[in-house]
Amino acid sequence: MKTQKATTLLLAALLLPLGSYAASRDELLAQYALSAKAASPAFSGFSAARGEKLHVTKFAGGKAETPACTACHADSPRSAGRTPAGKSIEALAVSLTPARYTDPAKVEKWFKRNCNDVLGRECTPLEKGDWLSYMISQ
Amino acid sequence: MKIPFRPIALGLVVLLFSGVLLERAQAGGGHFFPPVADPLVREECGSCHLAFAPSMLPKSSWTRMMGDLKNHFGDDASIDTAKTERITRYLNANAADSGSQRNGSKFLRGVSMENGPLRITELPKWVSEHRGISPAEWKSKKVGSKANCVACHVDAERGYYDE
Repeated sequence: MKTQKATTLLLAALLLPLGSYAASRDELLAQYALSAKAASPAFSGFSAARGEKLHVTKFAGGKAETPACTACHADSPRSAGRTPAGKSIEALAVSLTPARYTDPAKVEKWFKRNCNDVLGRECTPLEKGDWLSYMISQ
Repeated sequence: MKIPFRPIALGLVVLLFSGVLLERAQAGGGHFFPPVADPLVREECGSCHLAFAPSMLPKSSWTRMMGDLKNHFGDDASIDTAKTERITRYLNANAADSGSQRNGSKFLRGVSMENGPLRITELPKWVSEHRGISPAEWKSKKVGSKANCVACHVDAERGYYDE
């Protein structure tokens, strides 16, 4: 009985970081949801399917070398990507890289850079939330 | 008095030979550039490309580069002011002309310290060390970019740039 309790406690302690990762991602999503709602009252939640479409679509507004997110990140969010200078990029899928999207400043930094590179403009809160939902679902 | 020319000449030859050997040994050691140790610098300068060793460029290059991160070789790599300042300080403290970087200064022979280049690949020493690489090799899938040091120098992340 005692060992069972200890095991449960140990398991909880081990899973705790994963729980707090998820919590900080939820918080970030909630922020994006607030901004999306402010931008459009018709907003009714994020969609992983829309996020997937955004991820693979080729845009003409950004740089020629990076028409889509998949130009550097692999075609599948579950594969590692590669920067033009040859650095490996960890898989985007949360299931494979659990610590991803838990530092809001870092997430914003990369959305700003990458959306400018790919779309030639910043992404909207709706796009960010959709894209993030897709990666969380992967 | 009879001057012993032969022993003196022989001695000089041996001395010269040792000098050449020492120079070679040092040149071998010259392929080590201490890697970036600061976690912030590693993160911010090492996400898109290898976090290049600060001893590969003089202070003037790093200061100028960090002053225009919005136009970083065609990319907007800007970060907040506090981080920019911290990284600039680190790069300057460990630059080729910081006084503590013997190998870096050898690598920078013939380069202006006051008006250094922004690209490591423009250093005369870099160019001469890489002249045997064909355009096809640079363009190959494995390399792809002159900034991709690790494609050939497998231990570049740890500071070793031997072939």
